[in-house]
Amino acid sequence: MTVSILHRVTGSGMATVGTLLLVWWLAAIAGGPQSYAVFHMVFAEFGKGVLGYIFGIGLTLSFFQHMASGIRHFILDTGAGYELNSAKRAANATFIFSVLATIAFWAFLLGAK
Amino acid sequence: MRGGTELGRVRGLGSAKAGAHHWLTHRITAASNLFLMLWFVIAVARLPGYDYATVRPWLASAWVAVPMILLIVSVFWHFRLGLQVVIEDYVHAETRVALMFALNFFVVATSAIAIFSILKVAFTAAAGVPA
Ligand code: HEM
Repeated sequence: MTVSILHRVTGSGMATVGTLLLVWWLAAIAGGPQSYAVFHMVFAEFGKGVLGYIFGIGLTLSFFQHMASGIRHFILDTGAGYELNSAKRAANATFIFSVLATIAFWAFLLGAK
Repeated sequence: MRGGTELGRVRGLGSAKAGAHHWLTHRITAASNLFLMLWFVIAVARLPGYDYATVRPWLASAWVAVPMILLIVSVFWHFRLGLQVVIEDYVHAETRVALMFALNFFVVATSAIAIFSILKVAFTAAAGVPA
């Protein structure tokens, strides 16, 4: 139940907010140094980059959750995994995966800089 | 439209014959999204920084520009199909038609801007403009 509504919420969120940010980023790079400076200001400099963290963490968490429940969809599509206990375990596994993957992503990103 | 009951009007028409194709394309783009998005997430995390001097030559490289264009096509197609399902589940009649129009407009406009931007960066890299 929760997993499938989250699949919808994360997919729709990435499709709207994520798309606009990705397109803004690409267009800012193509636009040259001044247009990139605006993007960089908003997401990396303003308030020590709060907006970058809020949108960045929101989108990575959404992505990993959607990816995990998407893979779960592939398994359910084969007709397997509908038994109540295994369905519950797989649903919980998607939450654990998305939180751990998000932490790993940010630890790597910040640690590597 | 011919009169009669609602059931009478649709009887014998069959399905719109696009449902299975929609479903399959959604799964195929889900699979290509999996590879392309994992590549993107890892590539972005591995960038040494996010300033203009780092990001522009990165995007200009063929090894980034080409998968990036593939990602735009795959992900945007996937969410175009996905948001259609969401709209069909919650919205009906005229509002649905208007929202589907807005969705198509949104996908076409954003993907055109994204692909144009990637190509512009890639094709102006060798010439070095603008620095
Ligand atoms: C790892 C990559 C991805 C995988 C494996 C994946 C998988 C899936 C699957 C299997 C569905 C169909 C679910 C159903 O039929 O109920 C779906 C729906 C959807 N996906 Fe993805 N997806 C991925 C990435 C994305 C991305 C990056 C976006 C947005 C930018 C996105 C947006 C959507 C939307 C809006 C839906 C419709 C949700 C619904 O009908 O409830 N997906 N995805």
